[in-house]
Amino acid sequence: MPADRTLGTVLILGSGPIVIGQACEFDYSGTQACRALRRDGYRVVLVNSNPATIMTDPGVADRTYLEPITPAAVEAILVREQVDAVLPTLGGQTALNTAVALAESGALERHGVRLIGADLEAIRRAEDRDLFRETMARAGIPMPRSGFARSVAEAEALAGTVGYPVVLRPSFTLGGAGGGRAETPEALRGIVAEELRLSPSASVLVEEDLTGWKEIELEVMRDAKDNAVIVCGIENLDPMGVHTGDSITVAPIQTLTDRELQRLRDIALETLRAVGVATGGSNVQFAVNPDDGRIVVIEMNPRVSRSSALASKATGFPIAKIAARLAVGFTLDEIANDITRVTPACFEPSLDYVVVKIPRWTFEKFPHAEDTLGTRMKSVGEVMAIGRTFAEAFLKALASLEIDGLTERTVGHAPRHEGSDRTGGGAPPPGEDAVMDLVDLARPTWERPFQLLDALREGSAPEDLAAATGIDRWFLDRLGDVAAIEAEVAATLPDHLEAFRREEAAALLRRAKRAGLGDAHLAALIGRDEAAVRDLRRRLAVMPVFKAVDTCAAEFPAETPYFYSTYESEDEGEPLAGESVVVLGSGPNRIGQGIEFDYCCVAAAQEFRRRGRPVILINSNPETVSTDYDVSDRLYFEPLTREHVTNVLEKERPSGAVVQFGGQTPLKLAETMQEAGVPILGTSPAAIEEAENRERFRNLVVRLDLSQPRSLIAVEAGEVVRLASALGFPVLVRPSHVLGGRGMAIVQNNNELELLLKQGVEVSKESPVLLDAFLEDAVELDVDAVSDGTRVRVGAVLEHLEEAGVHSGDSCCMTPPYSVGADTVARIRDITANLARSLEVVGLLNVQFAVKGETIYILEANPRASRTVPFVCKATGLPLVHLAVGAMLGDAVEENDAEASARTGLICVKKPVLPFDRFPGEDTLLGPEMKSTGGVMGWGADFGEAFAKAETAAGTRLPDEGTVFLSVRDADKRAVVFLARRLRSLGFGLAATGGTARFLKLNGMDVEPVYKIGEGRPTAIDRIAEGKVQLVLNSPTGTRSQTDGREIRLAALSRGVPCVTTLAGMIAMVSGIEAHREGPPTVRALQDMLAGEAGTLPNGAPRSAVDASDSAGKPGGSTPARGAAVEETATAAPAARMRP
Amino acid sequence: MTPARPGYLLLEDGRRFDGVLCGAPPETWERAGSRAGHAETRAIPGGLPEDPGRTAEVVFQTGMSGYQEVMTDPSYRSQIVVFTAPHIGNTGVNAADAEARVPFFAGAVVRSLSERPSNRRSEWSLPAWLRRHRIPCLSEVDTRAVTRHLREAGALRGILAPAVLPEAEALARARRFAGLAGRDLVREVAPPESEVRCPETSSDDPLDAVFPAAAPSSRSPRITLVDCGAKEGIAACLRRRGARVRRVVPTISAEWLLRDAPDAVWLSNGPGDPDTQPRLIETLRAILGRVPLFGICLGFQILALALGGRTRKMKHGHHGINHPVLELASGRVLVTSQNHGFEVVADSLRSVRLGGGTYRVRPTYRSLNDGTFEGFEIPELDVAAVQFHPEARGGPHDGRRLFDRAPGFGGDLHAS
Repeated sequence: MPADRTLGTVLILGSGPIVIGQACEFDYSGTQACRALRRDGYRVVLVNSNPATIMTDPGVADRTYLEPITPAAVEAILVREQVDAVLPTLGGQTALNTAVALAESGALERHGVRLIGADLEAIRRAEDRDLFRETMARAGIPMPRSGFARSVAEAEALAGTVGYPVVLRPSFTLGGAGGGRAETPEALRGIVAEELRLSPSASVLVEEDLTGWKEIELEVMRDAKDNAVIVCGIENLDPMGVHTGDSITVAPIQTLTDRELQRLRDIALETLRAVGVATGGSNVQFAVNPDDGRIVVIEMNPRVSRSSALASKATGFPIAKIAARLAVGFTLDEIANDITRVTPACFEPSLDYVVVKIPRWTFEKFPHAEDTLGTRMKSVGEVMAIGRTFAEAFLKALASLEIDGLTERTVGHAPRHEGSDRTGGGAPPPGEDAVMDLVDLARPTWERPFQLLDALREGSAPEDLAAATGIDRWFLDRLGDVAAIEAEVAATLPDHLEAFRREEAAALLRRAKRAGLGDAHLAALIGRDEAAVRDLRRRLAVMPVFKAVDTCAAEFPAETPYFYSTYESEDEGEPLAGESVVVLGSGPNRIGQGIEFDYCCVAAAQEFRRRGRPVILINSNPETVSTDYDVSDRLYFEPLTREHVTNVLEKERPSGAVVQFGGQTPLKLAETMQEAGVPILGTSPAAIEEAENRERFRNLVVRLDLSQPRSLIAVEAGEVVRLASALGFPVLVRPSHVLGGRGMAIVQNNNELELLLKQGVEVSKESPVLLDAFLEDAVELDVDAVSDGTRVRVGAVLEHLEEAGVHSGDSCCMTPPYSVGADTVARIRDITANLARSLEVVGLLNVQFAVKGETIYILEANPRASRTVPFVCKATGLPLVHLAVGAMLGDAVEENDAEASARTGLICVKKPVLPFDRFPGEDTLLGPEMKSTGGVMGWGADFGEAFAKAETAAGTRLPDEGTVFLSVRDADKRAVVFLARRLRSLGFGLAATGGTARFLKLNGMDVEPVYKIGEGRPTAIDRIAEGKVQLVLNSPTGTRSQTDGREIRLAALSRGVPCVTTLAGMIAMVSGIEAHREGPPTVRALQDMLAGEAGTLPNGAPRSAVDASDSAGKPGGSTPARGAAVEETATAAPAARMRP
Repeated sequence: MTPARPGYLLLEDGRRFDGVLCGAPPETWERAGSRAGHAETRAIPGGLPEDPGRTAEVVFQTGMSGYQEVMTDPSYRSQIVVFTAPHIGNTGVNAADAEARVPFFAGAVVRSLSERPSNRRSEWSLPAWLRRHRIPCLSEVDTRAVTRHLREAGALRGILAPAVLPEAEALARARRFAGLAGRDLVREVAPPESEVRCPETSSDDPLDAVFPAAAPSSRSPRITLVDCGAKEGIAACLRRRGARVRRVVPTISAEWLLRDAPDAVWLSNGPGDPDTQPRLIETLRAILGRVPLFGICLGFQILALALGGRTRKMKHGHHGINHPVLELASGRVLVTSQNHGFEVVADSLRSVRLGGGTYRVRPTYRSLNDGTFEGFEIPELDVAAVQFHPEARGGPHDGRRLFDRAPGFGGDLHAS
């Protein structure tokens, strides 16, 4: 069936900010979809509020709207762009929910817009648990025993029938948000009350507890002719009970017979048909009782998902791209397999390797959060590794995690969990009860893989571990193999090193490498360093080979170069021809290093390719655009470690490498690059070190006669207290070389400082602690610039909304700066340029400033891509990354003397999104420790409009009416009077506790007084819980009201009431509310904003860069043979219908 | 633990792949070419045999599941199967999934063999089962390299040999292996006598489908299955749809078949070269137009020959469970299980002359991977056949709907 030519303009919905459960996999899917549909001749309109995405680059869609993904904004865009169809299946749950809302409100019908990919009925049948159950029952598809409740009482009654423990799940939420498991009616009541609030349809499923069952997922593609294929089967290592997003998963499925698998396949296809997913990618999740084989369907997503991104990367089958093309009417047999190019996409990929995904958590950021893994997803990222065997892939995945003390943990003696004690360390005391170990292991945590290896080393039987954990024994047997070879290596290899028996040593080493043991792992086993192991391997010729990912288990020649390393006999493929450049990715998403860096890597790859330099990309993150096989000329899916990167470098012998785009991960590998003799393009690692080393940087600051907050460095614990007193409190305490502000804190006095030191801050010569005089109430600014070493172009000066002290990644920021004077901005620009020249920056530079009074302080300078680069690119239209690549290749940077953003006449606001709803009990206060998972952008003619959009895009429900609860510290009281007045005049009621209430009354305002905790009822918390507060303005101070404040903030969080904790934030919020009340948002396309600027873009860089990578002779750029005719007709028709 | 010793796979072009031999210890291997499938009843004399290598044709199989089905599929007779899926043996071996009572294939080449199975349905570990059936298995092999080689060179003769066997000698032996073309392998795997081997009752395997099976009735079709090395799956699928199935040997006479007058005669899959079955071809010519006929895999090829078509050896054949075929009538795609090294030349089979009439042969299926001829029908003669395995086992069930409209069912049974 050919493509539907009655459609001219297709709107693709993105997924908004990166949150837990919805990460950059939807940048990958949306980008693929935009490009595929444009290539097919459709005019593509994109809506996504996340500026850090590749898909929102101006060249990816025809029209790009960085607007909130809300029904109101999307409807405005539908009208403005005369959209014919909405494709909602590539932007996660956000897109699907928005599409449902648009359909239900009649907006689609009103504007004659079709829903493609999945219709409303199908979405409802899949998403509404009740309807889904009915649909499954009608089709005879087995489901868990369960029922459906709309009230706490109903839920209790049902649980009685189903039998405790029960699992409780709300409808329509992301990543299992709000799910829970109850063993008692008491527990059930609490969870259900919470869920009824979270679920937009106010419904909760009460379900038989399947904990311990096998969990399996099938990725299905279906077309309009009812052709359907399973792209990939994924088996969860962790059984039911741990959210799939938090589970270690394996592809292909390893522990089911073909009979069992084919039955799952039959049910999966039948599920799609029953739900009525007409076209596209869906996943069906199963639980299989390992004892009797009973199969039940857990859920299905009628859309591309996190696991389809994984399945795509695991198989080489571009699910999102094909889903988009199926949605416009193509059928699977009409689309070529990009990898083989001669066979059609209508087939089931065959893997001759094993893929392991391990989630990446950041519990260290949330010390009060429960770290047991359960039905609510908590991981912020994931890694994927490919090996020829499960053990190899598993160990490679562990190596990819980039966590502290990884080798120590992998090799053994991982800290044991005892209650909530997270520090632990060292081997368990001898004679510790083995049964206790098993009980311990039964609790799933992020450390369990290490603990399992340890238990196996200590002699635990795989069957006992299987019984305790519910993990299939087959996997534990494979880990047992690892433990066995470790023992062999530890026992005999050191001897070989002394009295060298070449063949035996080589054979053992080869077996160990084939089992997946990394060099660092081996080094730890034999008490040498990693370099020694590498050297030994070289001498014994135990070297890796690279194998291709080809979708077909080598049955057909593969055209797409997508590789992984392993230890086998045959290497595939010659080094890439031409002057290739290695771009190192940024590894797993984590707090502090997320999609922004992937954006920079991809943009850099595009620009290098546009300039004719072949790009080799190395990364381990399956969610990203960078690991899409057609972003680079060659993709290596490998851990970003010294060992694996060196292997690639030795094979490819690239002409250069870049390390400044991927955050800390590639920077740490700069030395590895130099050891391998690969020149680093751009700013030299020495200059980067000069900037990142605080002492050396301080010298530079002095040399340049600039100001920096007074700071001292402590190299032993006793010194910290003494130096802090010398500086004077408050003091900002931070260890050196930190990522995302981990371990940073602002302390007000000696007591707090000592408390902090007790929490395990290491102080030594190797890891000194830096103490900064903390600038209270200073305004913080960020600058992103690009330099060729002498000329400097400032991208934007960003003013932070929150005062200095809040981590820049958690701050709301805006450009152009709105409260800082023009002369200050000019001085900041000068200083930035000066720094860039002094550091001989070639490429990107980010500098952070604090302005207090007339003084401009430099907080830090990072000669590399920063988190704000993608935002600056969108806000100003300056393709900073492309310019940086140009500078690296010798282009002169054109200097500018004004704010690029000023020329669009818009205020652009970047707003972080925080994951507190996932970590109940964690205070929502912002501090120097970064906690946000992602961000959004809002723009507007004035600050209020931009801020309101950013808040809306970030998921805040801006109130139009109701009551505002205020509780502010004394210092803020005067300022808050004006805010209170504005709120009153907007019609809001006010409520406040003691001091604030009195103060407002004195200023002539009606205030409902409420009590502080313990002083009487109702308290502020009661009011919030009753739903009688729509906004909380709470600035913390002092110990007492911090506790009170904490309760208030947690209550607000759990009720979904916006809560603002800084004065600046409160002012912004009130402006935002004013703007929000003015009615439907004004929507603007990025292309229009940049129109006036187009001439200043180097050859329209982003646009043509995308085109270049499309047409660089890569698969995906063209579809040969069968598909060709279809594609040609595809381009012409809708073009005629394009509207300007 | 399986006694493991170094060994290698040597191909006729001299390419060698090293690994570890497990499964059957070499001293118990029989000489290549004997009736290995029925060997369990015969004792091997003690001591080292004269020929410790096992020679066969080497093919690769790309299924990610269903190794047991492959190993028990009689069509793999005299073939060493290279499994591209790296982990083999994870789920062990069970009686229910066997496609024949004993394995007929010559040997396995794998990346990693699982000693201990982990699956509730498992009855034996794979290494133990291989030992019991005296099938050698070479593991720890770069199976992807073997596959890439075979993909370019085509299916080759090869030998599985212990490392102690000198390479020159192994090569000579591999080259002495006659190959499959022209060799009657059907005789080696077909049932020994003309007997009804299967009870005429309906069995129901809950794993086979989501929906309940049709109950047998007086209207249930009687199907006679000519067993050229039939997979159990074919009879199972027929029975599942309510048919009463009788199996007969491929040497059955036309007179017997006509006298028996079943509702249809089905020709099963089987090993090797269809040209080696002139007797069966003659039988089919004699009953053509008088009894509805349906052929699967080798049955498809033999039927094509009976109708005047030609077959030829393929480069490396189709051995996998992810082969897309286009259903020409509906435009729909079926993902199918395939296992064949010979193909029917499409141009050779355009029309059939029979009893003065000429009947057009209508192609029904085509491979989307390489355009191979995958199925035809002659409605006027009530004849149809497919190259792929509609019964699957292992592999996806897309083809199973063929059972509902194949000759013999005459529209009596509705789609399940």
